[in-house]
Amino acid sequence: MGDLQAKTIHELADLLASGNCGAAEITSDVLAAVDARNDGLNAYIALDAEQALADARSADDARAKGDTRPFLGIPIAVKDVLNIKGQTCTCASAILKGYRSPYDATCIANLRRAGFHFVGRLNMDEFAMGGSTENSIYGPARNPRNSEYVTGGSSGGSAAAVAGEIAVAAIGSDTGGSIRQPASFCGCVGLKPTYGRVSRYGLVAFASSLDQVGPLTRDVIDAAILLEHLSGHDPMDSTSIDQPVPEFGADASTSLKGMRLGMPKEYFVDGMDPDVAKAVRDAVDVCAYLGAEIVDVSLPHTEYAIAVYYIIATAEASSNLARFDGVRYGSRISGDDPIELYGKTRLAGFGNEVKRRIILGTYVLSSGYYDAYYLRAQKVRTLLRRDFEGAFGRCDAIVAPVAPSAAFKIGEKVNNPLQMYLGDLLTVPANLAGIPGISVPCGLTGEGLPIGLQILGPDFGEQAILKVAHAYEQTNG
Amino acid sequence: MKKAVSYEPTVGLEVHVQLKTNTKIWCGCPNRYGISPNTDICPVCLGYPGALPVLNARAVELTVRAGLLLGCDINRYSKWDRKNYFYPDMPKNFQISQYDLPLCVGGGLDIEVEGERKRVNLTRIHLEEDVAKNTHYPGRSVIDFNRAGTPLMEIVTEPDLSTADEAMAFLSALKEMLSYGEISDCNLEEGNIRCDINCSVRSAGAEELGTKAEIKNMNTFKGVHRALSYEIKRQTTEVQRGGEIVQETRRWDDGGGVTQSMRTKEYAHDYRYFPEPDLVPVRLEEKAIERIRSELPEMPASRRLRFVESYGLPAYDAGVLVAEKEVADFFEAVAGICSSYKTISNWIMTELLRAISDSGRGLSDSSITPENLAGLIGLVDGKKVNMAGAKEVFQVLFEEGGDPAAIVETKGLSQVSDEGAIESFVDQAIQENEKSANDVREGNDKALQHLVGQVMRLSRGKANPQVVLLLLREKLKN
Repeated sequence: MGDLQAKTIHELADLLASGNCGAAEITSDVLAAVDARNDGLNAYIALDAEQALADARSADDARAKGDTRPFLGIPIAVKDVLNIKGQTCTCASAILKGYRSPYDATCIANLRRAGFHFVGRLNMDEFAMGGSTENSIYGPARNPRNSEYVTGGSSGGSAAAVAGEIAVAAIGSDTGGSIRQPASFCGCVGLKPTYGRVSRYGLVAFASSLDQVGPLTRDVIDAAILLEHLSGHDPMDSTSIDQPVPEFGADASTSLKGMRLGMPKEYFVDGMDPDVAKAVRDAVDVCAYLGAEIVDVSLPHTEYAIAVYYIIATAEASSNLARFDGVRYGSRISGDDPIELYGKTRLAGFGNEVKRRIILGTYVLSSGYYDAYYLRAQKVRTLLRRDFEGAFGRCDAIVAPVAPSAAFKIGEKVNNPLQMYLGDLLTVPANLAGIPGISVPCGLTGEGLPIGLQILGPDFGEQAILKVAHAYEQTNG
Repeated sequence: MKKAVSYEPTVGLEVHVQLKTNTKIWCGCPNRYGISPNTDICPVCLGYPGALPVLNARAVELTVRAGLLLGCDINRYSKWDRKNYFYPDMPKNFQISQYDLPLCVGGGLDIEVEGERKRVNLTRIHLEEDVAKNTHYPGRSVIDFNRAGTPLMEIVTEPDLSTADEAMAFLSALKEMLSYGEISDCNLEEGNIRCDINCSVRSAGAEELGTKAEIKNMNTFKGVHRALSYEIKRQTTEVQRGGEIVQETRRWDDGGGVTQSMRTKEYAHDYRYFPEPDLVPVRLEEKAIERIRSELPEMPASRRLRFVESYGLPAYDAGVLVAEKEVADFFEAVAGICSSYKTISNWIMTELLRAISDSGRGLSDSSITPENLAGLIGLVDGKKVNMAGAKEVFQVLFEEGGDPAAIVETKGLSQVSDEGAIESFVDQAIQENEKSANDVREGNDKALQHLVGQVMRLSRGKANPQVVLLLLREKLKN
């Protein structure tokens, strides 16, 4: 074979079922591709080749003995933010150097149960804070389309590995767009599920009320397959919702007849890259051609989303990241007393962007500022959620760009964090509202950089957005 | 001459009580004491990356139970908040607690000091997690995380207390209620109850409260009494000589018998409370509260009354038995098998309580069962063993347990009631104690007791003393 890692999960499942390839071959191909091309992409930051091959071989043995699980033996790569028992998990931060997970995240255990195994850990912005995968102690990941460009972030390693065909599929996390935006920048599919759909137990928290685990894949069917196996109620996560997990793969029809798709005018902003705007409008035309009715919707509080997001996310992060103190795990720099130890460890262990957000979050929660920032942000968050509830009264799904521009050059925005934050405008509202969203490739810019079409659905409306994404992909892909 | 102004102290308590649950508040680790360090730990209570808390419903139930016993209003909607601060006893460097919507609000407890009754009102009761235990050695500190995540209930009083005695009375009454309610083991040695004291003084009759000092982390009632006595005196002396009280946190130095400043207001923590996003709010249905109410255990006062009325016990006995729930439960268990209630009470008040205090162990750590004691009382009633022998059997039951009848056998304590066998001992005793025998014939009862003793000695304690007495009287009749 030699190029099995370039196939999709469902293609590999067919090959495995028919006996036309073995799990060991697939993993070998992944490892060979990583060996050949990872230096150029800097997508993987750790590889567990021996374990991955051993897992693949035992999958082959099990299949020979009659195990018919369709995905048995398919290797997946995982963002460095999820705990996998026995593996390192650094969140691309110096402060977690040396930490090895004593347990599996629930979603990892779920994937394991379906027969998947794990080949390696993927680059990201430190603690998932960033939109370019430049805030990583391992250096920036590189866009497979053009290595001078960023992958987007924070799941940039995941997107680069999938789009660059050195992983079959990857798992990422999305707090404010961290799956959808890199998927759009690199040209793959990225799905952020409804908040509560996938357990967060074992996902290193950035902002607890926004974080959600999801898949990055080469096509929509793969995203549906992984979503199905990531999901499920988890008694270990109190915010996990007991909602049946539908088989997303079932509906393969490409007709969108009877569906109403909403176009929010607030998502086609001034200063948007015209190539992006055009590609998205063309994609919406394709959906209309497939039978969907296109309606105008309004999400009037969108302009506040960035401010609200950077208050709530940083507030939660400032508290979530307090546990990284050098006492129980990770790196430590000693001091004369505990407080000095904390200070030295955290000063050396966290990068600048993480520090900036911890300081921001500490500030907005401080006595005397709480009401003006955190409390007010929570109120506006409710309004943003109501915007969506109103819009979904008029349509089944919302179609919009993922980001105002395509990928930018590495280094281009590192000295302008505010400009970087503004790039999140079109993705953070879904996290603030808790609704699902998917990014599906919809063309290239004049410079040949990928553009993503974002499709948003109501709570637990994954089936609807997967249907639209799949129909569009089949027609345009 | 300057007119002497009198000052009155105002005291409030924040009492932290560890709840009696099987597992910790956010994870499945056992909630127990005395295990080797860092045994009962997991990713959740160690604050590992990615670990999340899940609420132990039993902890909420016990807190609501405490709230109902203390007459609080139970909030139908309460929530969790993070209290952020850096300290090595806090694995996550934030404590999950309840800030503005605690489980219980209001309520109160009546206390009695020197015959005066007083109501101490409560502000609130909330639930939070206990922290790890730090131990400091020269140049080195160690942390035991076993305690981290133990459910901890905080009971906050209004500033209704005025003296160290009242504080003691409040804590004792609270302890009795909570241990009776099976809410906490209330074992002070194991740190089940700790408290912070808020204390201020103001000129008598003043409306406004004085500036308060907080004394942190008291873990004995005696310590609370001493610290508070000291602090009231310190503050009173300070204001009397025209000084000002600084708002600060103080620590009690037990050896030195003084309170010392830890940190003043300007160094006070900003805890940056905010709602805990990893947990959902607690919604208590009316039905659930009613169920907890219907399962409220009987409180000491009504139990004392019932012991007098149902078992015909003297009030004194009822008071002694009910003082410790475990002991009262034991009494009722024996009373379920054996109807000699006063006899049971006597055994418990003398032998059992003595054995408990001699051994330094609790009743639950001893081997005796209610069936054992009932059996033993039956043997005494059936004259199978005399009191002296029975006490010996009791000691064995307390230490090792076993069947009372079998112990009587193996220890050779069977009481001899056979007149023929006893008669030979009686004759021997009369022979060997001629003077006493003559004294008895002349009507000296003291001499009779001496002879009974001699017969008992000869029979190695096995003779039935009543039979001995009967025979001696018979033989020494004039």
